[in-house]
Amino acid sequence: MKTLFDKVWDSHVVRKIENGPDVLFIDRHMVHEVTSPVAFLGIKSRNIGVKHPEKTFATADHNTPTINQHLPVEDPLSAKQLKALEENSNNYGISYWGLGHEKNGIVHVVGPEYGITQPGATIVCGDSHTSTHGAFGAIAFGIGTSEVEMVLATQCIMQPKAKSMRINVNGNLSKGVTPKDVALYVISQLTTSGATGYFIEYAGNVFTDMSMEGRMTVCNLSIEMGARGGMIAPDEKTIAFVKGREFTPTGAAWDKAKAYWDTLYTDEGATFDKELTFNGADIEPMITYGTNPGMGMGIGKDIPNAENLEGGVATYKKSLQYMAFNEGDTMIGKPIDFVFLGSCTNGRIEDFRAFTEIVKGRKKASNVTAWLVPGSHQVETAIKEEGLLDILTEAGFELREPGCSACLAMNDDKVPAGKYAVSTSNRNFEGRQGPGSRTLLASPLVAAAAAVTGKVTDPRELMN
Amino acid sequence: MAYDKFNIIKSSIVPLPIENVDTDQIIPARFLKATERKGFGDNLFRDWRYNTDNSPKEDFVLNQDKYTGKILVGGKNFGSGSSREHAAWAVYDYGFRCVVSSFFADIFRNNCLNVGVLPVQVSADFLEKIYAETEKDPKAEVEVNLQEQSITIVGTGEKESFDINVYKKENMLNGFDDIDYLLNMKEEITAFAENTPL
Ligand code: SF4
Repeated sequence: MKTLFDKVWDSHVVRKIENGPDVLFIDRHMVHEVTSPVAFLGIKSRNIGVKHPEKTFATADHNTPTINQHLPVEDPLSAKQLKALEENSNNYGISYWGLGHEKNGIVHVVGPEYGITQPGATIVCGDSHTSTHGAFGAIAFGIGTSEVEMVLATQCIMQPKAKSMRINVNGNLSKGVTPKDVALYVISQLTTSGATGYFIEYAGNVFTDMSMEGRMTVCNLSIEMGARGGMIAPDEKTIAFVKGREFTPTGAAWDKAKAYWDTLYTDEGATFDKELTFNGADIEPMITYGTNPGMGMGIGKDIPNAENLEGGVATYKKSLQYMAFNEGDTMIGKPIDFVFLGSCTNGRIEDFRAFTEIVKGRKKASNVTAWLVPGSHQVETAIKEEGLLDILTEAGFELREPGCSACLAMNDDKVPAGKYAVSTSNRNFEGRQGPGSRTLLASPLVAAAAAVTGKVTDPRELMN
Repeated sequence: MAYDKFNIIKSSIVPLPIENVDTDQIIPARFLKATERKGFGDNLFRDWRYNTDNSPKEDFVLNQDKYTGKILVGGKNFGSGSSREHAAWAVYDYGFRCVVSSFFADIFRNNCLNVGVLPVQVSADFLEKIYAETEKDPKAEVEVNLQEQSITIVGTGEKESFDINVYKKENMLNGFDDIDYLLNMKEEITAFAENTPL
């Protein structure tokens, strides 16, 4: 009896090293400009090539501007990094979707869009949110640059098999509760290290009822509880999503793949090293108040008192001090300065639909700077075609061009020191969105409510 | 990239008793624009270490002359967040060869092992003892012995053993990296690749 994770992992082990890691074969390798240049230098200095360029896909996303992408990139260091990726891709025959390319976008958004992401695959990328692809029943996780070099050179990495954890969430989600809230809730219960050393399988009707986009949001955030990755067993929705995309197999290859995909579920009676169960009805729209994603709570609650915590009081106080919040404060009504809708967590079409639903017929608050950044050109096109752009424009919002943007603020999309941003991204670390920036992580609905009211607002009050 | 062999390190420590130190603090994203592995040590803990005008923040440990050494001792859940290996490079380039904590985030631990920084996980108690000793005497030494898998507070003789995977231990003792190992498996991998379903 095997878990879903066992099935995919075990079928990819090339060699087991006694008392050591497994040598794991990698089906898909996504590459971006920031964590790859040193890896390419490495294979060059060893005088070896890329073993499987056809299994390697490069896109520029982390360090790209989100306006005027048709003009040369101004920052010389960024330009050099982008140039390096382009040259490396060309030299080694890797498909490269650079700035301005119609398929360009955030690595974890474009992977699923073009069928690179498939059930039962092993997928790696030098970015921790590679866990996103687990939504399809893939084993997907982030790796460091040394490992990027290993995969380029050999299509393998060496890692010990993680322990297994199943997180069950059953029941009905209430109004205004999105996949982001489910994930932030689970992280708040587990803390940011609660799943370290584990690979998670999400199970229960809350996940099976979710759209593929929602599942991606949940799996994306697995890393924020310390997990190596997270996955959801593929079902009809998964297969329907994958079918007919550019890199999805067809004909006999499809039949072969489909036969494999049909085996991808946890066998009845298989056991996990750890199993946790939550009630979906307990989850409210969430918001974070501190400097790690585990410091989140229902939006209507008060910031916990340090004395109610188990240890870590000094770190907790330092965190609140950075945010300029006090223990016992309510979040509702706190003024905010920036809103960021985007990232590989919440930069897909469904997220823009949710945001638009709230701002429709309302106006952006004058004190708010809003950055609406689609996860890819495909998302951008859908926003226009579905008429969302007209509604957003009417409400005083502008749409930017795709990229990681203020998720990590490597480009110019930086929140100034001391300013508050309600952000649909995944990390609220000190300075993550710019030196001194203060981030409140939340769903697209909470971000929209903040954008039109200029303060932290319960989105349920603005919903019909 | 090859790194120096690791065996025994005896050194005073740099204490950083903060929990959940994430890799965005270790090296902020705006310093990830390099295309070579150079100069990351200068930006280690950049925003905790320097003011916006680039003047040093006096109260940060790396700016206090009394604390020096090759061993960084951090609080629980060290290295969480982003997978950027640049964080491990910055730690190494600054001159640390060992990071001690009571708990490490997975990817950071792995990255450290790949670049020649030894992550040593100790009990919460032992961590407190190290801090207490350094509080008394900032030059108090700690000895990390990889062969023996032990860490000792030199002044008091208190000792704890730590875990490391046998394979990774051999690598560090010899200064090898995983790529050499994988390149030697070339044919086995090629044969495997031909039979994958995807
Ligand atoms: S959007 Fe943020 S988390 Fe996602 S890939 Fe880009 S930088 Fe990483």
